[in-house]
Amino acid sequence: MALSEKKSFWQKLKAWIDGEEILINADKYISTREKPELPHFAKHFSTENVRSNKKLYRLMSVFVSLVFIGIMLITVTHLPTFGEASNPSNNEVAERYLEQGIEETGAINFVAGMILDYRAFDTFGESNVLFLAVICVVMLLKRDSKNISAAEDQENAEDDVFDMEDLKLILKKGSKTIAPLVILYGIYVVLNGHLSPGGGFSGGSIIGAGLILYSAANGQKKMQTFFTFRTFTLISVACLLTYCGCKSYSFFTGANHVGYEIPKGVPGAILSSGFILPLNICVGLIVACTMYGFYALFTKGEI
Amino acid sequence: MAHVNFVHNIPFFSIFLAMFCGIITPLVKNGRTARKIHGTMVFIIMILSAILLLNVSENRETFTFMMGHFPAPWGNELRAGPLEALMALTFSAVMFLTVMGGSEFIYKEVVPEKQNLYFIMLNALFGAMLALVYTNDIFTAYVFIEINTIASCALIMAKGTAQAMVGTTHYLVISLLGSGLFLLGVCILYSITGHLLMPQMKEAVVQLMATGDYHFPLLVVTGFMFIGIAIKSALFPFHSMLPGAYGAAVPTSSAILSGLVLKSYIILGIKLVYGVFSVDVMHQLKIVDVLFVFGLAGMVMGSLYAMRETRMKRMLAYSSVAQIGYIYMGIGLGTRIGMTAACFHILAHAITKTMLFVCCGQMVEDSGNKEQIFYLKGAGLRNPLAGIGFTAGALSMVGVPLTAGFISKLYFASASVYAPGKMAAVLVVLAISMILNALYFLPSTIAIWTPKKTEVQEKPAPISVSPAFGIAVVLFIVANITLGIWYRPFIHIIEMGISLLQ
Repeated sequence: MALSEKKSFWQKLKAWIDGEEILINADKYISTREKPELPHFAKHFSTENVRSNKKLYRLMSVFVSLVFIGIMLITVTHLPTFGEASNPSNNEVAERYLEQGIEETGAINFVAGMILDYRAFDTFGESNVLFLAVICVVMLLKRDSKNISAAEDQENAEDDVFDMEDLKLILKKGSKTIAPLVILYGIYVVLNGHLSPGGGFSGGSIIGAGLILYSAANGQKKMQTFFTFRTFTLISVACLLTYCGCKSYSFFTGANHVGYEIPKGVPGAILSSGFILPLNICVGLIVACTMYGFYALFTKGEI
Repeated sequence: MAHVNFVHNIPFFSIFLAMFCGIITPLVKNGRTARKIHGTMVFIIMILSAILLLNVSENRETFTFMMGHFPAPWGNELRAGPLEALMALTFSAVMFLTVMGGSEFIYKEVVPEKQNLYFIMLNALFGAMLALVYTNDIFTAYVFIEINTIASCALIMAKGTAQAMVGTTHYLVISLLGSGLFLLGVCILYSITGHLLMPQMKEAVVQLMATGDYHFPLLVVTGFMFIGIAIKSALFPFHSMLPGAYGAAVPTSSAILSGLVLKSYIILGIKLVYGVFSVDVMHQLKIVDVLFVFGLAGMVMGSLYAMRETRMKRMLAYSSVAQIGYIYMGIGLGTRIGMTAACFHILAHAITKTMLFVCCGQMVEDSGNKEQIFYLKGAGLRNPLAGIGFTAGALSMVGVPLTAGFISKLYFASASVYAPGKMAAVLVVLAISMILNALYFLPSTIAIWTPKKTEVQEKPAPISVSPAFGIAVVLFIVANITLGIWYRPFIHIIEMGISLLQ
């Protein structure tokens, strides 16, 4: 039954019951057969012709997008006007966040109070999302016995040579001055997360940008003198564990009404608002590591 | 100080224990140690869920657990009742057995230095599924849907082959479409109700329906959220990512993704039906009818696609599409007994499909890593245990009496009697689908038991079966037959859970 296209119904049925491929040596058959002429699909209507028509896919995707855009636009016109006092979202929930937020969480920055105290479980999930995303990229791109090639090795070696030998005076001096300032500013944003706009997510990305700048100017070899994969893992794990520990404590004590609340301190002082400051630091470090980790893995396949 | 019931801490503790194990696993260098941590964690959670299930079903209660110091509309909340506890117990038991039977695949197919990362994903995935089962907050649900998506993609791509990458990309694109629709739904629903917690949302939705305000956004929201969930749980026409992904992944991943991950989204959907939109609103907006029609279509189309397949893993993937169709058909009946049947089918399919994937993976490996059914001839004779497991699973999928699959089909059929106007459709499609199931499962079952005719009689290399695989398959079969014979307590718990959800 080798290379014939036409088979009787009985032969096909027999092949199917035996679990055989309908066509044995399908690759060979496809490469040797005469190319069938593509008929105009309107004249010869069959499912194969419709499926292989690429124009139809384009038309369909435009059509689906237009319908979707239409639905969304009509929905938006029916939604409550932005900023009206009578909107459904201006209810007792937002009211308590704004009126008793400082007293209950100790944080002057309401957003920090909301994401790290009122709804801290969601933020725990979000920091896990970041962690898992970077682990995914590690799984995909970190160099292992399967995904390295000689060409990439050579490219990386050349990069290292350039980093070592090329002077790049302006770039190196510039980054030496700017990177510490950027990182310092990031630390400021993280530490003041409960007092002013900012917090772990924004401050962490600033720190990450500083690390990326330093690494881009000085090369990965230099970066690895103080930031290796080991450091990266330890920082991420330690921060997530701290987060997990703090929140388990407050969820457990809160839900069981055990007491032992963390003192809130004076609102406005740097050491205030209970767990929010340490949690901000944890989130900040995780975000910084994630940012730099993405950069390093995508450029070199190694942190 | 209020009365403290320590059993009520179990949902919170289970989620945090799973996440905690996910977080500490990067410190472990060895895949086998990581597997031990994972196994211990799942076992502890299984025991705890059993205790929780006994406790809540004895007290006939459902309770909420305040996550933190702030009560319901301000802080996050978990909620557990008999249904949630039963699902958590099933998930942990199936997870435990699957990883027990499938750990050899992970050691063989994943690069050794990345095996611990695989277990991070497995732990996080398990935590996220538990969170989806227990959550009472719609935004928390979204966050854990994200974790679920990322971890599932990681499980597919762990093998590192080109097919795995293509499968992952396809899976990722379609999953993100689903998550995006769900998120849009959450945003619009928040702006018209002003709440994120399910009970408060439900009050607001019922009021909106009564006054007629924001009717169009509400309709769009229900559409978006249920289409989002349908995409994530691979309801027919959104099933196209399954075969490529499951065919290319490690068998353990395929088993968990098909048996558990798809179900976690459906359970979230069931919670939305009762917890947010309420059954009346679902009927008024005709959402149940839409789900019903697509469920019926999926039952037939999934089976038809499966019949055309010559590769076993892809055939199982299409069979999942058909089974998901059954579940949506049950939900779409719009009655409580239909929902009961759907929930029971979630259990039955979870234990059956995972066993099928694990056994199929073992047989493919014994037959020289060729997964065409043609090459699997005689695989059951080469490895009788895997063959028996596959046969038992196939019989359960077809719906032979004394297996779990039979009971769920029986309940679907009897549920249709109480759904006016849908009975004929259910019975006819159920019959067609069962015949189709038999048509594609029986030839492959016969094939694996037919000795291979070879010109040269070569002595086959002895196949070593790890004892863990053997125990897992035996326990799977026992669980399947238990569900098929002593199904009454499970049905009873599901009925109680559904009535308490409302």
